[in-house]
Amino acid sequence: MPALPLDEAGKYVAGAYVVFFTLIVLYVAIISAKIARIDRELTELVEIAERDGEPVA
Amino acid sequence: MIRTARTILRKDLAIELRTKESVPAMTLFTVTVFVLFHFGLDRDALEGDLASGVLWVTLLLAAVIGVSRLFAIEREQGGIDGLLLAPVDRTALWVAKAAALFLYLTILELVAIPAFALFLLGPDLLPALPVLILLLLAANIGLAAIGALVSALAAETRAPGLIVPLLLLPLVMPVLISAASATEPLLRGDQSPEDLGRWLGLLSLYDVVFVLIAVAVFDFLLDD
Amino acid sequence: MYSKGLKPLSIATVLMVALSLALVFFYAPNDADQGFVQKIFYVHVPLAIVALCGFVAGGIMAIQFLRTGDRSWDARSYVAIHMSIIFGTIVLITGAIWAKAAWGHWWVWDEPVLVSFLVVFLLYCVYYPLRFSIEDPDRQARYSSVFAIAAGAFVPINFAAVRMAEAFTHPRVLSQTGGSLPGDMRLTFLVCIAAVTLLFVTMWKLELTGKHASMQLKRLRRKLEAEAA
Repeated sequence: MPALPLDEAGKYVAGAYVVFFTLIVLYVAIISAKIARIDRELTELVEIAERDGEPVA
Repeated sequence: MIRTARTILRKDLAIELRTKESVPAMTLFTVTVFVLFHFGLDRDALEGDLASGVLWVTLLLAAVIGVSRLFAIEREQGGIDGLLLAPVDRTALWVAKAAALFLYLTILELVAIPAFALFLLGPDLLPALPVLILLLLAANIGLAAIGALVSALAAETRAPGLIVPLLLLPLVMPVLISAASATEPLLRGDQSPEDLGRWLGLLSLYDVVFVLIAVAVFDFLLDD
Repeated sequence: MYSKGLKPLSIATVLMVALSLALVFFYAPNDADQGFVQKIFYVHVPLAIVALCGFVAGGIMAIQFLRTGDRSWDARSYVAIHMSIIFGTIVLITGAIWAKAAWGHWWVWDEPVLVSFLVVFLLYCVYYPLRFSIEDPDRQARYSSVFAIAAGAFVPINFAAVRMAEAFTHPRVLSQTGGSLPGDMRLTFLVCIAAVTLLFVTMWKLELTGKHASMQLKRLRRKLEAEAA
């Protein structure tokens, strides 16, 4: 098959790289959500700890 | 260890002879699928790559049935705890199961190959037979080794009937590729020796690697 | 524990990825047959290679787990396989895009890397149902490790088998997939492999750190709630 003209080929190449980056960024978003949850839970635990004992520094 | 394996094997074979669960089912399945292919492909006679493919895919699917049943006996009757309490090498269990599966597959093929020749094969089977037997035996070793391992892996999951085909079929693709590619010229009549040598080589490599791996890791399964 | 070296690693990853993109689009020449479309090769093939290595590495880490009984090796193995499946999905999608652009079909059986990859991918997809249908955590880790080892050994054998099969049925010269690359293309290709490898390792460490933090959190919570009671 002859090579696609540049503008048509560009779409496919762009598509491939977009897929690549989108999935990586999606993964980053998921990890960020996880960190946010960990932070929230830590705040709760600090609360529980401070309620019972001395305030956490 | 060999003695233990032999005892377990004898027990399994005795149960199989009595209940006739695995081998008749596998055989019936295979012949039925041959008929299915006759209707599905709308052909009276196959040859070359089509014949080779139909034969080997059907055998693989029948093997899945055999693998699913392999540890079912233990699971259903709770016999495995008895085996585990005994101070034996777990690998003996794998040897016994793999040997049993090898035997079931061989018996299956004793019926399936003539059935295939009768129903579906265009060219004459006899000239191809010796090499085909060699390929079948080599493939059976790999299938038995992997099958016993997969069966044990799936035995502890909640849905072994689903897990076994999903695990087994990708793992045996090299067997399919080698065996089908080697059988294709056989069932056409033009076999070149280097071709056959290459595929047999790959099959043997597969067999060796997976027997070694199964023996190495099997101990970690069924460890309570 | 896992986060050691994460910052320099991520910086290195960013730099390498930027460098590889620059090389791909500004340095490497256009391919003679495929033209601009061939640029997909620089993202698709390194991802495939790194994903396959990730699967094998997962198997090696599983061996370590079975040998030492240290659950952190099981975590490493699980995350490596998890990462490889994510990368593998991208491999298959970019492979399909490339196939469509270069040969007009969304899927071709001609490319041994793609076909062998599909088989491996299908196999490793079973890792999740296998792992999560076993309730006992210790047994879960052990059985997953056995699977990871068997599957890891399977990767090279399957690759060889598919390559042999394709060589006989489709004697198309594997010119694109690294058979003989001119110098500037080869440099770009190698830099891309390095970048993707760094990306994999960084993401792997990141996920391990997150998992570990969650686990520590759970332990802390259990202790505090027990004391509060």
